[in-house]
Amino acid sequence: MVNSIETKQLTLSYGDSIVLKELDVEITEGEITVFIGGNGCGKSTLLRSIARLLKPMSGAVLLEGKEIAKQSTKDIAKKMAILPQSHSVPEGLTVLQLVKQGRFPYQNWLKQWTREDEEEVLQAIRVTGLESLKDRSVDSLSGGQRQRAWIAMTLAQDTSIILLDEPTTYLDLTHQIEILDLLYQLNQTEKRTILMVLHDINLASRYAHSIIAIKNQKVYGKGKPEEVITSDLVKKVFDLDCDIVGDPIFGTPMVIPHGKGRRIK
Amino acid sequence: MILINRRQKWLGLIAGVLLTAAAICMSIVYGYTNTTWSMAIDSFIHFNGSNEHIVLQTVRLPRALIAATVGASLAIAGVIMQTLTKNPLASPDILGINAGAGFAIVLCVTFFGMSDLQHFSVVSIAGAAISAFFVYVISVNGRDGLTPMKITLAGAAMAALFSSLTQGILVTNEAAFEQVLFWLAGSVAGRKMEILTSVLPYITIGIILSILFASKMNILASGEDVAKGLGLKTGRLKMIMGLIVISLAGGSVAIAGPIGFIGIVIPHIARYCIGNDHRWLIPFSGLLGSIVLIAADILSRYILMPREIPVGVMTAIIGTPLFIYIARKGFSGNEKI
Ligand SMILES: Nc1ncnc2c1ncn2[C@@H]1O[C@H](COP(=O)(O)OP(=O)(O)OP(=O)(O)O)[C@@H](O)[C@H]1O
Ligand SMILES: [Mg+2]
Repeated sequence: MVNSIETKQLTLSYGDSIVLKELDVEITEGEITVFIGGNGCGKSTLLRSIARLLKPMSGAVLLEGKEIAKQSTKDIAKKMAILPQSHSVPEGLTVLQLVKQGRFPYQNWLKQWTREDEEEVLQAIRVTGLESLKDRSVDSLSGGQRQRAWIAMTLAQDTSIILLDEPTTYLDLTHQIEILDLLYQLNQTEKRTILMVLHDINLASRYAHSIIAIKNQKVYGKGKPEEVITSDLVKKVFDLDCDIVGDPIFGTPMVIPHGKGRRIK
Repeated sequence: MILINRRQKWLGLIAGVLLTAAAICMSIVYGYTNTTWSMAIDSFIHFNGSNEHIVLQTVRLPRALIAATVGASLAIAGVIMQTLTKNPLASPDILGINAGAGFAIVLCVTFFGMSDLQHFSVVSIAGAAISAFFVYVISVNGRDGLTPMKITLAGAAMAALFSSLTQGILVTNEAAFEQVLFWLAGSVAGRKMEILTSVLPYITIGIILSILFASKMNILASGEDVAKGLGLKTGRLKMIMGLIVISLAGGSVAIAGPIGFIGIVIPHIARYCIGNDHRWLIPFSGLLGSIVLIAADILSRYILMPREIPVGVMTAIIGTPLFIYIARKGFSGNEKI
């Protein structure tokens, strides 16, 4: 198995406050990997650093074996796309215009807009189900529609690696499943490497080949969901008491949190 | 957005070019000295040395061209500032650009006896650049780099610093005050063609760069992280945008002194007409800036005839109601009509 992304003794900080310390993480090519962890543990920070949006305090990120800091940023953009956790669009920008921005890495002073660009854009709009909305301005859409427009932009970038920070926030359950199915399908049919942050451990367990749990500036556990997701890990990482059962359809681990609520059994 | 498709946008641009040309012609023909259209045409073809021809060629013509240039520069500088700082109220004043340029001019007039208008351009652009450099140094620190917030704060600090220094010099030195008064008022009148030609290279380069980098500015407008993720060198683009603003705003201040409102209001009107795409927005704002400043300058000759009001005052009179109107509409290029 090949590591498409690797971090070497990666330490990340904002100013002097260290968020993650001496991290060694490996992301296997062609797999779906999900980061989980409590709010503020540094998932977004790690993802941004892998995507070269944040300079490390020390250590390095390797993309296909080569240090990311030493590669041209435009070349990286042809291999790896990122959808950050929070994003805002300029007012009036239409869905089509936003998705077209995904083709930026392929353009230069001489080569402006090609048929291939056009096809990738239309394809991205189609798989995200945005055809009927493509001329609407992004700021007039619902949170979920907006999120799909952003995902379409990432897909238009046509990269073998896709990083997404909580791509399913704001989506209703139908659209959550739709987006995750879409990413799963891209992974299965086109062998794209997908690395994302998800808060829903149950969905993460169903779609991820590999889970990386982060706690206290370190990786607390990593591996296949069925091996990693235990009530002990959930207690340590999220400080939550729970039972783990098998998903009745998929057999993947499901977290049943303890706590209060109506009990009818 | 009023002009929706490409065809309408092209028509909008063409209309802008025609209106700018018409405004320049009107600015040449109409004023206190009685002149006619045929006289104006004559003065270009067979100049006869008459008082009217001299006024047309040495007063009105430079004045019209200067108003067109300054209006376009300030409007484009405003668009770029607003994108750079993500602040809809930004204008070249925000980076401390105008204050830096003004301070440099007052300093050189007072202590080095600068009186040649041609030197104004170099000194003004240098002052603008020094101020922008300080803003850069102050705001680039920290891991986040140049965030819009830090740029805006550092710019406000520099603007305050340089304007107090300017005030200090003027208060303690009355002779200097007399000398720079005409310039401080903000006017396009009484300038020779030479001052325009001395700043034209900087302004031309600024305008060309702004159009070349317009599509990259579109990407930057979608957010820092997204732009970096798409492989845009955001640090370099911001530097270039800063240089464009320095040359455009510094050049304008050198010719005309501080003229407000064009840099803030025009970009919003332009967005309202043609949308947020910088490839259209920048040329359209430039044309609109020219038209409005020329129109304001023509008006300024008639309101208190035979005396003239400084055009900076005119732009404030026209600009304030527009500004309030736009603010109430919500600063957006997105209204559906
Ligand atoms: N720009 C910033 N400047 C300073 N500190 C920051 C910044 N961004 C994040 N932090 C801090 O770094 C830590 C990690 O933040 P991060 O956003 O990576 O968490 P996260 O795991 O993604 O959380 P969430 O689940 O809420 O998205 C937090 O303590 C946060 O307060
Ligand atoms: Mg996060």
